[in-house]
Amino acid sequence: MTNEEKYANAFCQAFDIEPEAAKNLTFQAIDAWDSVGHMGLVAQIEEAFGIMLEPDDIVDLNSYEKGKEILAKYNVEFA
Amino acid sequence: MWNLLDFKDKTAVVTENGETFSYAQIDEATRALASHIPSRCLVFNLCSNTIGSLIGYVAFLNHGIVPLMLDEHIDLELLNNFLNYYRPDYLWLPSDKAENFTGKIVCSSNGYSLLKRTDEHVYPLYEELALLLTTSGSTGSPKFVRQSYKNIKANTSSIVEYLALDSTERAITTLPMNYTYGLSIINTHLAAGATIILTRATLMQREFWDLFTKQKATSFGGVPYTYEMLDKLMFFRRKLPDLRTMTQAGGKILPDLHQKFAEYAEREGKKFVVMYGQAEATARMAYLPADQALAKKGSMGIAIPGGTLTLIDDKGEQITTPDTVGELLYKGDNVTLGYAVCGEDLIKGDERGGILQTGDMAKFDADGYFYIVGRKKRFLKIFGNRVNLDETERLIKTHYPDFDCACAGKDDAMKIFITDKTKLKEVQSFVAEKTRLNFTAFHVEYLAKIPKNDAGKTLYAELDDK
Repeated sequence: MTNEEKYANAFCQAFDIEPEAAKNLTFQAIDAWDSVGHMGLVAQIEEAFGIMLEPDDIVDLNSYEKGKEILAKYNVEFA
Repeated sequence: MWNLLDFKDKTAVVTENGETFSYAQIDEATRALASHIPSRCLVFNLCSNTIGSLIGYVAFLNHGIVPLMLDEHIDLELLNNFLNYYRPDYLWLPSDKAENFTGKIVCSSNGYSLLKRTDEHVYPLYEELALLLTTSGSTGSPKFVRQSYKNIKANTSSIVEYLALDSTERAITTLPMNYTYGLSIINTHLAAGATIILTRATLMQREFWDLFTKQKATSFGGVPYTYEMLDKLMFFRRKLPDLRTMTQAGGKILPDLHQKFAEYAEREGKKFVVMYGQAEATARMAYLPADQALAKKGSMGIAIPGGTLTLIDDKGEQITTPDTVGELLYKGDNVTLGYAVCGEDLIKGDERGGILQTGDMAKFDADGYFYIVGRKKRFLKIFGNRVNLDETERLIKTHYPDFDCACAGKDDAMKIFITDKTKLKEVQSFVAEKTRLNFTAFHVEYLAKIPKNDAGKTLYAELDDK
């Protein structure tokens, strides 16, 4: 799996959605992405890439795209 | 309810955009709104943590108008059910939602509109009735707690006393206004002449923390799940010099987490106050004084000022020996009138006489501190919301009459057993949508047959092991 696929999969797992629905997603755009869902998403991303997100990054992670920028800091690269 | 002009120039509200409203301004806005509504009318208030929602609530309570408090995002089908059951005279709702309902817009202010319905005084209201609140999670049941003016006043002054709230406090909202705990924070801070920082942002958003710091919040409240999120956010590393008090209610916090926050509070010179309550007791019944937070870890504390807690054994006798489990009984002026399940109930008077059987099983230690050990009734606390298992079952069975179902589980994790293996995901989405709780709280499993006794009653004890 590419990093992009792994990343999209974290959203799919956390919110029970299809990969196409993950792209362009923003916080609270769907019911599942509320503060409880956010905890689940963070756990999925951390597990997928074997990292621990800093608190500042957790509260900045407010969209699918933003998350990719954040992961760059953890040396997760997207093609 | 509140003498707003006692605090005239003090700031009552700061909004998430940094806009401020003095007590005098709130007084004026609430009078203006109330002037459009005859006294003793029933209004549905579709709540959000915004100035418009708050002005509605304060206007209604201060002018003898009875609000029924609901979340602005309530499922439309449920809301229509409630409208049919209670037939309110008005709706007070976000202006952009007004077009979804029939009625005439009477006035609009601060993003909210007053919608006049065609129903007028359909059901008479008991003279002392002040407010209608859900018992927490919405499973579609039209059951509301009937709170009186005396209930709210008594509970408010008691909370102000034991938390020692004064006009220098600045509470930031973390809980919805239609939720008893969130509402009690608003009630008490307005009574103390303090400031309420209103925000719809959650603590999982940067906007929340920026507002928290910029507006120098001194306190917040949280349910157990809030504290789990704070722990994940490494809350203890944050510099929050203005923070004084953290309160916790809405279910039993994990002992380890209780310890972490109590230790943090002690180290940083702050207060961590565990509390216990129910909408049936307006909001609060017990609190664990901050100086006992570490010594009495896991305890729900002692009765609030003006209230008493006792334990009753299964013969109805009062328990006097420490460490003996019995049902928790509360007495006090904040014990509410009773429930309403339909419009006809709104005329009912006080059915409880100041005594509440909490449905919680508890014990007390040699020092008189109480500990919850279990529940008599079948409900779970999911992210701080009480969700009745039998009501959830009914909700599913009504919508899906073709298969059987039974609900069990533990707090924050409901197990739903159904006899149709093709509907697992569908039922999960359905329940999440209706309760407006995150779907991850609902675990739907297939069972060929729901275990039942000869009389057809579900054997829940057998489900607990599955």
